Amino acid sequence: MNNKLYGNLIFELSKEGRKGYSLPKNYFGDYEIPTSMCRAEEAALPECDELTVVRHYTNLSNNNFGVDTGFYPLGSCTMKYNPKLNEEVAALPQFQNLHPLQPYDTVKGALAIVKLLEQSLCELTGLAHFTFKPYAGAHGELTGLMTIDNYHQSRNDFSRKKVIVPDSAHGTNPASAAVCGMEIIEVKSSIDGLVDLEDLERLVELEGPNIAAMMMTNPNTLGLFETRIPEIAKLIHEAGGLMYYDGANLNPMLGACRPGDMGFDVMHINLHKTFSTPHGGGGPGAGPVGVREGLQECFPFVSPYQGNFAVMMRAYAYILSLGREHVKEVGPLAVLNANYIKESLKDVYELPIDTLCCHEFVFDGLKDKSTGVTTMDVAKRLLDYGYHAPTIYFPLLFHESLMIEPTENESKETLDGFITVMRKIAEEAKTDPELVKSAPHNTPIGRVDDVLAAKHPITTYKQLLNDQN
Amino acid sequence: MAKVIEGLYYSESHEFVRVEGNFGFIGITDYAQHALGNVVYVDMPEVDDEVTAGEEFGAVESVKAASDLYSPVSGTVVEINEALEDQPELVNQDAFENWIIKVELSDKSELDGLMDAAAYQTFCEK
Amino acid sequence: MFKYFPHTDNDLQAMLERVGVDSLDALYAQISESIRFRDDYKLPSEMSEMEVRQLFEKLGSLNQPLTCFAGMGVYDHYTPSVIPQLLQRSEFLTSYTPYQAEISQGTLHYIFEYQSMMAELTGMDVSNASMYDGTTAAAEAMMMAVSAAKKARRVLVAGTMNSLTVKVMTHYARHQNIELYALHIRDGITDLEELKTELAKGDVAGLMVQQPNMFGIVEDFTGFADACHEQKALFMMNCVAADLAVLKTPGEWGADIAVGDGQSLGIPMQYGGPYVGYMCCTEKLIRKMPGRIVGMTKDNRDQRAFVLTLQAREQHIRRQKATSNICSNQSLMALWVTVYLSLMGKQGMKEAAQLSYAGAHYLWDKLKETGRFQLVFDKPFFNEFYVKYDGDVEALYQRFTDAGFLGGVRLEDGLVFAVTEKRTKEEIDNLVKIAAL
Repeated sequence: MNNKLYGNLIFELSKEGRKGYSLPKNYFGDYEIPTSMCRAEEAALPECDELTVVRHYTNLSNNNFGVDTGFYPLGSCTMKYNPKLNEEVAALPQFQNLHPLQPYDTVKGALAIVKLLEQSLCELTGLAHFTFKPYAGAHGELTGLMTIDNYHQSRNDFSRKKVIVPDSAHGTNPASAAVCGMEIIEVKSSIDGLVDLEDLERLVELEGPNIAAMMMTNPNTLGLFETRIPEIAKLIHEAGGLMYYDGANLNPMLGACRPGDMGFDVMHINLHKTFSTPHGGGGPGAGPVGVREGLQECFPFVSPYQGNFAVMMRAYAYILSLGREHVKEVGPLAVLNANYIKESLKDVYELPIDTLCCHEFVFDGLKDKSTGVTTMDVAKRLLDYGYHAPTIYFPLLFHESLMIEPTENESKETLDGFITVMRKIAEEAKTDPELVKSAPHNTPIGRVDDVLAAKHPITTYKQLLNDQN
Repeated sequence: MAKVIEGLYYSESHEFVRVEGNFGFIGITDYAQHALGNVVYVDMPEVDDEVTAGEEFGAVESVKAASDLYSPVSGTVVEINEALEDQPELVNQDAFENWIIKVELSDKSELDGLMDAAAYQTFCEK
Repeated sequence: MFKYFPHTDNDLQAMLERVGVDSLDALYAQISESIRFRDDYKLPSEMSEMEVRQLFEKLGSLNQPLTCFAGMGVYDHYTPSVIPQLLQRSEFLTSYTPYQAEISQGTLHYIFEYQSMMAELTGMDVSNASMYDGTTAAAEAMMMAVSAAKKARRVLVAGTMNSLTVKVMTHYARHQNIELYALHIRDGITDLEELKTELAKGDVAGLMVQQPNMFGIVEDFTGFADACHEQKALFMMNCVAADLAVLKTPGEWGADIAVGDGQSLGIPMQYGGPYVGYMCCTEKLIRKMPGRIVGMTKDNRDQRAFVLTLQAREQHIRRQKATSNICSNQSLMALWVTVYLSLMGKQGMKEAAQLSYAGAHYLWDKLKETGRFQLVFDKPFFNEFYVKYDGDVEALYQRFTDAGFLGGVRLEDGLVFAVTEKRTKEEIDNLVKIAAL
């Protein structure tokens, strides 16, 4: 994309007197909006013709990178292929044009989809009921924690305000707990990367009646299956707490294991991860929450209608397309792809825990750090080769974390290509470190000054104009 | 090696107090500013606010991290370092020189619970 | 073999060998047999594309499309043809959160434009990158007010706010030790004197009102912002985005926070979502605002660039001290409204609002003529109004449905009708014919 010609803001392309819309004439008669109701100044929105708008946003899209563009090995995000059939069915006008408050007998088809999706998710997770109200994963986490809080309160057990999470947990976990009025206590990971059972026993001993739940993901954020999960669940249940499953890492479990069978009572699923709905640059997703029998009375009211219904339609189309035959292949293929990359790169990247992983794994930067090339540098250099960087600096257990998740849709050729480039970058780090440290070079823009952005935030066009004067 | 200054009192959350009479100048240590990286914003209380030893009174933000500030002592805020509003990076330039709040101490005996320079140095090395 | 899985038998063999296991099953060796799932899932057998299409068409035919005269927060506004086309571009649709700014300038750029437009529409200084929907945005604003207050934990809401919004806020408040208090409905609007009485108790972090309110009435909020600020409380307004093209803005009313839903900006109703929540505030409050924010900066080649900024507030850094737990925005829907506002622009937004206003007042005049309807509250309304009927409302509503209309929203004994620029004179006349029977 040519930044100079098309890098403008839509406001800079605006010209007074242009219009990009067509509305019907007013056939109703003379109804003037009283001035007393009105805003004094017009909103300074753009005035553009249709082609200008289309060109502008088309060119913007050329500055973006999607799953359809190239490989996206983002650990913990499950950037799998977004099937186009799902887009087609979600756009059907018989569903698109339904008002959420229509009488139930006029929306039987929509309600059927909700029911069928719920049944499918129950089958896949081993839980009994789902609510689709949460709009996203983090929203689902909050909903799950509120469900747990409601459960304890319904039994007049008001002291349970602490949630145990592993020290490798995602940032949303403590944040969600805080929004739910709860406090996080961390349990250590042992040297094998799993929850330290002894430390957990110590915490349970210490906090017993204050424990609302334990919140974890399995496989964990290192991509390792928590083999001691039956003991963990038993410990927490005996202390009177519930087990919460963060569904971010559900993908490798399809065809292998169900959270309900592991001993979890509540979970959320990220439809935009495991069930192929598009990430859309950061949303919309959906975070349905499932519970074992008995807890459905405790669901909170976290949104007014069915949730992101159009996203649910996409997820259901995906499940139907796979069918029972292929859903169970998702996990094994994702796990194979991850282990393949791990084995192919562990001689040049530092692998802190050298064992069979699930769908993702973590490197702790380059094995040879002598030239000072960091994970950040490696990530930026990958962009030059046409790959999206993996997840960096998470989990916090290692200083130079590089988390890679290839998903089951990627071919051996794609993985081999990625492996070749990663090896090349490791080589460049030794022979030409400056090249890597100053990457990226081939992208529309180079590294940004985020210190300037945070110190002196310009977040609107108006602020930009004020700043320029 | 992070700078540590004699004669100041230090807390385990990396704040310092420089005492002058009944007043204490509170800020973050050189160790802390180094860990944070480029400071982009300092969230300060208002004059006349009360602070309590061990409790939050504000925060320091960098691009990649945000750190709550815990007051090492109790008292009333009599002055805030307004220069930090426009130039938060002064904290990186000289953390000890560029204190954040000036407090009228309500209980000087609290200082006994803080570390001296040598103890703080040892604490950081751990 | 399956169309989404590229692995051939040869691939599998070579890869298993590299990994050092002899079967896919062996990849899960560490999972105890007692929890290992080996059955077949009780799901339908795989369906071809054509079969999936047929199933959805069949389910679709079980829905009854109705000409929409309902609102209550979700409006049937027109969607320009350009939007679905642009949004299907895979670089927008299949991209992730723009953490790697160098290859996400498309996303970051449109979010900057979105923020600019929402700030303009609401008359506020700054906007975030969007939130899930209007109701959760309201809950977030409630939490923001409490977090900005020193000790106050009570938040007032107008009794004239949409009860579904208040219900969401109530559920959030329940777990945070926040007390939500609803002011009474005085003849369809909010009473300033009652507000002052509550504020005087000294424990109020903020007040939220809705404009137009649940009855479609455009309230007069003179004195509200001042009353709140005198008691160090925040004044928050929850507005229908499209209406702000003409209505007096939260900024003009002196609001500190403006939230609401952007669904009215050309997003189809989709049986409940996805929509898009917006949140705007004064410059002073920007660091207390949840959600993502995009800022402008330069890159190392001295070019204009956009980047996620003020991230230190967010969950992945602040963890339990984060201003909220929100991890995403509704990015694609933010793009939707950005393109919508670019196409409609200054003039189109006003025209659409004027048509909605005219259509609603034309409908009211015609209903009034039948002699069977009365406004529940005789107050000025925008494009939505609340009427009572001198007969059996349930039967009337059923007659509407049978004739293919969504005849408003049932509210106690009456109906709340909404009209947008999509409704034609003919549709309105036909609705009135049914109403007059």
